[in-house]
Amino acid sequence: MSRKKNTPSAPPMHFNITARILHWLMAAMILAMIFIGLGMMTSLTWRPWLLNLHVPLGIAILLLVIIRFINRLSFSVPKMPASISKFQSKAAGTLHWLLYGMMLALPLTGWAQLSAGGFPVKLFPGVNLPPILPQSPFLFALLHDAHRVMAWLLFFMVVGHLSAALLHAWVYRDGLFSSITWGRKMINKSEEPSARAAE
Amino acid sequence: MRKNSLIAYLRTKRVLFILCGILLIAGTLVLAFAWSAGLIGGRITTQTFLKDTPKTYPAGYRRAHGKGICFEGTFRASGKGVPFSIARVFAQQKVPVAGRFSLGSPDPYAPDNSTRTVSMALLLTADDGEQWRMKLNNEPFFATRDAEGFLKQMEAYKPTPATGTPDPARVAAFLKEYPEAQKYVKWDATAPWTRSFAGAQYNVINSFILIDKNGKKQAIRWSMRPHAPFTSWSVNQRKQASHDFLFEDLKKRLKKGPLYWDLVLTLAEPSDPVNDPSQVWPENRRQIVAGTLEVSHVFDQTNGGCRDVNFDPTRVPKGITLSDDPVLAARAGIYSHSHSDRVREIGYGKATDAVGKPKNDNPKNK
Repeated sequence: MSRKKNTPSAPPMHFNITARILHWLMAAMILAMIFIGLGMMTSLTWRPWLLNLHVPLGIAILLLVIIRFINRLSFSVPKMPASISKFQSKAAGTLHWLLYGMMLALPLTGWAQLSAGGFPVKLFPGVNLPPILPQSPFLFALLHDAHRVMAWLLFFMVVGHLSAALLHAWVYRDGLFSSITWGRKMINKSEEPSARAAE
Repeated sequence: MRKNSLIAYLRTKRVLFILCGILLIAGTLVLAFAWSAGLIGGRITTQTFLKDTPKTYPAGYRRAHGKGICFEGTFRASGKGVPFSIARVFAQQKVPVAGRFSLGSPDPYAPDNSTRTVSMALLLTADDGEQWRMKLNNEPFFATRDAEGFLKQMEAYKPTPATGTPDPARVAAFLKEYPEAQKYVKWDATAPWTRSFAGAQYNVINSFILIDKNGKKQAIRWSMRPHAPFTSWSVNQRKQASHDFLFEDLKKRLKKGPLYWDLVLTLAEPSDPVNDPSQVWPENRRQIVAGTLEVSHVFDQTNGGCRDVNFDPTRVPKGITLSDDPVLAARAGIYSHSHSDRVREIGYGKATDAVGKPKNDNPKNK
């Protein structure tokens, strides 16, 4: 972060640049992934093609969410707007950690499911990942179901997250949304108009 | 104080407009999700093909080709496939094979004289870890040019409750839409039935593409051509055959020694229809014997082995890729549902007969 020197007592206005890039990159990847997964399970035509996309993209998400975890724990994050109650802020925090958990659990259950089913985990033609579980019908069944249920859950969490974010961006305009974008916090719009224009 | 601001905002029209916008975005996503999942819109999905699976279907069995037997064997490459594909199986001396022989009927308890379709499924694992899964039938071609045709054919040939036979008008309508199916109907009515798994030729039906070390592509189909001579049975012999005649015959033959099939690759010319499994390529196309399969012994499918394997023909090793044959692509999803449905039944302990447990209340005994 180059713009302002953040003294420890003043939390940053934005998530750090790594967090913001990862957030939007992963948002696109995860949304794409959900639809790739659905298409894979239903399409008469595209399954082999989508499956070849699903696995490497899932592994990419797994790697990115690990980086994101570390980044999230290493840097301070913006404070919730003052208008948000303690309870709401706690709930939002919990939901965010749940989202991180899903991002981790989905690729892992996918990988484990393929392993338990005896399928190659094909990254690229000729490059397969090693199995992480022994072959077992019970584990396959469990993970197959878990993967599907979590994918559905994640989708509805993403829709909820997006709706809430847009509500903050367009209705409350309390700076919550802009903490993950590149714009200035709306809450400060009264001060430094010239600095704002310079951005 | 700020909490009250929402109420204040809501009083203005602008906010209502924004809320509608957000609802529209979220709603669009949810609708797109529901459509993709096949929940709305009524599009034909891979699940459509399994919707007729009876509710009373014995748990743990395959949704198609339910009656089968596992085998183990070895594939020995001749080296003649090497110039066409970098897949290790064409070069490796001995590739272990897990496979399955099966009847075309979906019923796991079908008598062996009830269907003319016999199949061989294979899973080859090369020493570089690459798998090659195959599903082959003794039929030389598919009835229709696409997967939807299969559904329509099933629908058209369903016996009407009144007469117990298919409605001729519906059959005629189907054949008009899928004229290529005439060829299949004729083949089905006239070609001799095989009297043994050992003497049957198994064909891949779909087209695939080989890739050589320079990236050059060659469209192919392949067959497993038996060393044992083809034997057929007369209608009378067939009618009198015992319930498990074909499987008993296979076991008997393997007691005397292994059975062999040549893997014959047929190379397409540029003019050949690669994306239409209902069309056979001309007889004079170049053929290569890429290797020989030795089937050394068979064992009951309830023991596992081939039981939980999805012989999805779209799982090909590096050096082989899929053609744009629509039936091939459709099989991937349909096989996947069949596989996960039955493995779920086995995994959650719902299967009895299919895993060799005592059959207390399975549909066979009803």
